[in-house]
Amino acid sequence: MRDPKWLKWVRIIGLGLLGLFTVLPIYVMITSSIKPLKDVQGDFHWIPTTITFSAFRDMWSTVPLAHYFVNSLIVSTIASVISVVVAIFAAYAVSRFRFPGRRAFSITVLSTQMFPGILFLLPLFLIYVNLGSAIGVDLYASRTGLIITYLTFSLPFSIWMLVGYFDSIPVALDEAAKVDGSGPVGALIRVVIPAATPGIIAVLIYAFMSAWGEVLFASVMTDESSRTLAVGLQGYATQNNVYWNQIMAASLVVSIPVVAGFLLLQRYLVQGLTAGAVK
Amino acid sequence: MVVSATSRPGGGRGSGDPGGPPPPSGAGRGRATARLSVRLRRLGLPYLLILPALLLELLVHLIPMVIGIGMSFIKLTQFFIRNWSAAPFAGWSNYHLAVDFNGPVGRALLHSFFVTVTFTVITVALSWFLGMAGAVLMQGEFRGRGFLRALFLVPYALPVYAGVITWSFLLQRESGLINHVLVDQLHLFSDKPFWLIGQNSFFSIVVVSLWRWWPFAFLVLMAGLQNIPQDLYEASSIDGAGWMRQLRSVTLPMLRPVNQVLVLVLFLWTFNDFNTPYVLFGKTAPQEADLISIHIYQSSFVTWNFGTGSAMSVLLLLFLLLVTAVYLLITSRRRSDA
Repeated sequence: MRDPKWLKWVRIIGLGLLGLFTVLPIYVMITSSIKPLKDVQGDFHWIPTTITFSAFRDMWSTVPLAHYFVNSLIVSTIASVISVVVAIFAAYAVSRFRFPGRRAFSITVLSTQMFPGILFLLPLFLIYVNLGSAIGVDLYASRTGLIITYLTFSLPFSIWMLVGYFDSIPVALDEAAKVDGSGPVGALIRVVIPAATPGIIAVLIYAFMSAWGEVLFASVMTDESSRTLAVGLQGYATQNNVYWNQIMAASLVVSIPVVAGFLLLQRYLVQGLTAGAVK
Repeated sequence: MVVSATSRPGGGRGSGDPGGPPPPSGAGRGRATARLSVRLRRLGLPYLLILPALLLELLVHLIPMVIGIGMSFIKLTQFFIRNWSAAPFAGWSNYHLAVDFNGPVGRALLHSFFVTVTFTVITVALSWFLGMAGAVLMQGEFRGRGFLRALFLVPYALPVYAGVITWSFLLQRESGLINHVLVDQLHLFSDKPFWLIGQNSFFSIVVVSLWRWWPFAFLVLMAGLQNIPQDLYEASSIDGAGWMRQLRSVTLPMLRPVNQVLVLVLFLWTFNDFNTPYVLFGKTAPQEADLISIHIYQSSFVTWNFGTGSAMSVLLLLFLLLVTAVYLLITSRRRSDA
């Protein structure tokens, strides 16, 4: 495709503006985290006049940030791993088998995306309280309850994306594995999963990110011991003082794992979308 | 979503034959039983595979939804919250309250509904436009392309609370960057405006949501662009089509299936979004930016009126179902016409 001359300028200006819009809060987050408290309370300055790393030290004691961090890490890791395994099985069934109820299953799972979270927040809360006391496992205000909740949040998108991905893997490969003596599950493990690795990684990132960032259920379903970062970060603002420099430092620190992971693996997400979902 | 996931012809075709090769004739009874159990296992296998997903969806989404619908028919106020099965039956009164637009509750709900519709339409349209512009301008090779692509995706990768809390710092009246630029540097206002309360809060929530959602549109459209065969561009180029013409006659039509899904997903996510307004404004949103999910949350948890809150949620779900059905009907018909 030959590009006209004016396109070059449109590209520079357009991408420049988008870049500016994108980077503005990130710039403020980084520069404010290295300012002393009095500099973030007064007038805003583009360039920090005094640089200090005290916010990165103090943020751990203002709120129990490390505790929240560990909670978020445990909840998001377990939820995303289980979610992906469950999604692989379901997607394999939908992609490779014709069974009565297949269409109904797909539609049901996907339509849960449409539900307003607020509709099932309170019922779920009641279920967890009652079910928890019935089976003797704490579901409400526990990491277990949060894990179960979060892993279903990413399931619809994960299944949908993996079905598209599995569909793009030739069935002949499965058949070859079956000739070699594998059953359908053997074919899934030996052929389909290795061939779909980019899609699976993409889904894993998505599931982890959605669990790491969820706020609504975290704000209702946790107590002090199971609190995650989503709620914990608001602790800096409910004190007498708003420690903006510590909020920015904490935001930066809690973002690094997901952003770094995402940027390292984003090409798999694009590949996964290209091979599966958007085709 | 539904359409593209389930009605794609040829997906997984041919592998679903549960019977396997025809059995050799004259097999003994034992082998017949074994074969039968293999057959049964094969038939049961897909159900076994979807079982975990189904159980989890039942527990977290479907059963709570049914209970939620049930709750909308009882008088579930703070007096009954500890013993909610004793709450008296309310009939349609929760619904009457929610849609009585002369009463304060109904009027506030209607207001919140219109705010949310306006907010969603603007945010989805702009997110799509920016995503499309970004994806199209990123086509071709130039220096810094990989870096820009990664940069554009950062707002989507950032946890909501980290990104949105930073915006709320930017939008602070006294110490924020926005007022510093607009008032101190550009002198556009004589007095520093408030951005998180009052009229301006609507602009704030639109800008912040846009910042969060356009990278998602960008990501999906970029993947969609990669799937357009390059020879379509070459062929149209030989026919003398310029850049604009190619955008109109090749790129946009080829992206239609992607756009169908993307716009729907963006619409549902934006409409239901709780996280962004909650982190930006806290438990009570300003009137002008009173988005529906925050409104219902507040009606339920702050005023302890769960019955009415549930009725509102059910109405919201019915609205979303209707919009989705109409949308899929219209866009799918247009697709098959094309």
